[in-house]
Amino acid sequence: MLARLIKSEPVYLFFRSPAAMLAAIVAILVLGGAAFAPFLASTDPYDLSSFSLMDGLLPPLWEGGDPRFLLGTDDQGRDMVSAILFGARLSLTIGLMAMAVASVLGVGLGLAAGYFGGRFDAIVMRIADIQLALPAILTALLIDGISRGVLPPAIHQDLRVAVLTLAIALSLWVNFARTARASVFVERNKDYVQAAMIMGQHPLRVMLRHILPNIMGPLLVIMTVDLASAILLEATLSFLGIGLPADSPSLGTLIRIGMQFLLSGEWWILWVPTLFLVALVVSINVLGDFLRDVFNPRLR
Amino acid sequence: MLKIENLTVKFPGRFGDFTAIDAVSLSVAAGEIHGLVGESGAGKSTIGAAIIGLLQPPGFVADGKMTLGETDLRSLSPEEAHHLRGKRISMIFQDPQTSLNPLMTIADQLIETIQAHEDVSTAEARDRSVALLEEIGIENAAARIKAYPHQFSGGMRQRVVIALALCTNPELIIADEPTTALDVAVQSQVLDLIRRLAKTRDIGFLLITHDIGVIGQITDNVTVLRGGRLMETGPTQKVLRTPEHAYTKSLMAAVPPLDRKLERFLVPDSDIKVSDAPGLAAPASRSAADAEQWLTAGTRSVGEGLGMSGVTVRFSGNRTSLFSRPDAFIALDDVSMSVRPGSVMGLVGESGSGKSTIAKVLTGLVQPSAGHLSLGDADLPPARTRGRKDPSRRLIQMVFQDPYSSLNGRHRIGDILAEPLWHYGLEADAGKRRDLAAAILDLVGLSADAIDRFPHQFSGGQRQRIAVARSLLARPSVLICDEPTSALDVSIQAQVLNLLKDLQARFGLTILFISHNLAVVRQMSDDVTVLKSGKIVETGTSEDFFTNPQADYSRELLSLTPGMPV
Repeated sequence: MLARLIKSEPVYLFFRSPAAMLAAIVAILVLGGAAFAPFLASTDPYDLSSFSLMDGLLPPLWEGGDPRFLLGTDDQGRDMVSAILFGARLSLTIGLMAMAVASVLGVGLGLAAGYFGGRFDAIVMRIADIQLALPAILTALLIDGISRGVLPPAIHQDLRVAVLTLAIALSLWVNFARTARASVFVERNKDYVQAAMIMGQHPLRVMLRHILPNIMGPLLVIMTVDLASAILLEATLSFLGIGLPADSPSLGTLIRIGMQFLLSGEWWILWVPTLFLVALVVSINVLGDFLRDVFNPRLR
Repeated sequence: MLKIENLTVKFPGRFGDFTAIDAVSLSVAAGEIHGLVGESGAGKSTIGAAIIGLLQPPGFVADGKMTLGETDLRSLSPEEAHHLRGKRISMIFQDPQTSLNPLMTIADQLIETIQAHEDVSTAEARDRSVALLEEIGIENAAARIKAYPHQFSGGMRQRVVIALALCTNPELIIADEPTTALDVAVQSQVLDLIRRLAKTRDIGFLLITHDIGVIGQITDNVTVLRGGRLMETGPTQKVLRTPEHAYTKSLMAAVPPLDRKLERFLVPDSDIKVSDAPGLAAPASRSAADAEQWLTAGTRSVGEGLGMSGVTVRFSGNRTSLFSRPDAFIALDDVSMSVRPGSVMGLVGESGSGKSTIAKVLTGLVQPSAGHLSLGDADLPPARTRGRKDPSRRLIQMVFQDPYSSLNGRHRIGDILAEPLWHYGLEADAGKRRDLAAAILDLVGLSADAIDRFPHQFSGGQRQRIAVARSLLARPSVLICDEPTSALDVSIQAQVLNLLKDLQARFGLTILFISHNLAVVRQMSDDVTVLKSGKIVETGTSEDFFTNPQADYSRELLSLTPGMPV
């Protein structure tokens, strides 16, 4: 199994694409750092007692900072390395969950719309069009606002991550639905699907067992690209203050905090998380492009 | 005029260079039609591309000499090669649907081509284009030239493509499968045109085709290729009648004759691969005998008859106005047909005659707007009222035209074969299903280790056998074969036809055999039904149809089908 994987076409192409390899290394480093943040970070940025105001605004090591803080500290004395690792953890969690929710919702609706066609297809796709006309931030604001109004404040605080995930997922599902539907239109006229229909197989089985595995290529590409979008969207929302509060720092929150120090000389507070976010999003996008090329032989 | 010596074309790849063309030599004289024939993968089109200098990268000409008149084709700069293309060498492609620009009128495309190579005024170019279209056989050319490609029929479009190739007075025209996408009647017109042009204009043609009938009908000389190597070359009559090379001989034997019915085809030994070779005897409970026993042990003993009466199918056509209902397109018009139990009914007709629609009506994919279907003595419910559990869903099985799309590429062969067993509840035990899948593979002539592989690991013919095996595992009484061999090479076609014949004889299946290839139908069927524009033209026994056709249309079809020169 492993030997076959190593010999397979995508792996072969992967090792001939420096950009894809570099992107993969960056993505793996970030993912690893985020996953093992509690073990890697020297301090816990959520624990107010673990850092001291006395260490506030220390510059990075090479600018003459404190050896305890490689990338310096913010105004509260929080270690930037720890904050970024935990921030990436939160950003990636939200991004992955939003992507998962969006793909299940979008692929499900897209599959059914493409398979059944007709009125159901028209309804789903008009909803998708409306969704597409609303900017993602507006959708997120709407859901945030509704949840604020409906839920008691205490519960709302606890559910912020869930609300944010849902808001992001709702603005991303359209991509999945459209791609899935278009692919189903191509596949459903192929003979193997017709054969399954002639046999009288249940529509669910035809969709999930026959069509879905054959349209996974483009969907995987959308998944990686949308993971990057989801992370960016989370950062944007947190930056605007509708995402997560300052005491649970995601990458977006860190950048918002850093904004205040942009003109006062403490550049690292803004730039370090920003560059980190850029590196993460760019590497995921490069990997997505690579996957798209692999799955589309005509581009080779 | 065109001279090729020791042409070698290589494609660099992951596992070293792949030699697509291996030291092939041939020559085409002015006014000669030179046939280039071979099965898929033989390198026919690659030779054409190498001559015109449009090899698909990363392919390259590794060795050999190519000269056109005095010009050495290999030493041309890209600039010179570009100028030579169209001017001295033109090309006719297979599909007239895609080789014309749909957004430009015929006039624009012809004038553009003429002006690209000669410094003439637009008016003069237009006059020449009109004259050319008239010569090509397009009536009222002065008016028709303003039309767009979609306003022409397939055959007319191919004529326009030929006019495009001719408009610069080239010395050589490479025709890559110029009639493969056309019906027989249109095919014979286009071939006549090519022959006439070769004579009157003294143009050399390199005619690339897989169809031996076409080769026999119009070429002067023929070169037989296989796997990039030259097998045999010489005057067409000699090569086709008294082939010398063993491969050419077996290829000729595999071509179904139109004028007589063979019991079995001789199969060239080209397709035998590792998985296909007769290896160890299949283990117990997994051999062909087990599969046969299981297939005949079912409730069914002989094939049941299949009938349809007064079946009409309407599709909604183009909407002419936003406010009116779209016109109905009548695909089948009051069609009545009955297939005798245990016999093979051949269904022939041109493309668009409704052959496949009949298959779709019978399998329940298309709802007829009127008519009645029957299976054996019972009614066969039409699409909308045929439930998912209707017994006919098992009794009627279908074999599709394209074996590349009829098997789910993401499933293993074992899963594909086990699906009907599981779905129809024929075998409850997963282990037994697997044994049966292996056994049926043995029955259709594949080795049992195929069970864990994926469809893309098999050739077209092997896949078609797997498709046949899948339909058999439902224990059907009726098999509907929609052009089961038209996507396959002749030698593989012979294997699949042999298999179908054997199975039909052993299990007494009723088969509805749909094909546009009359020679194949003659080999397969007991009865023949001819369809034209959704109406039945003639129906009768196969021997009567081929020896003494009644309807004018049938006679025309038969006379136009290119046969072997005997």
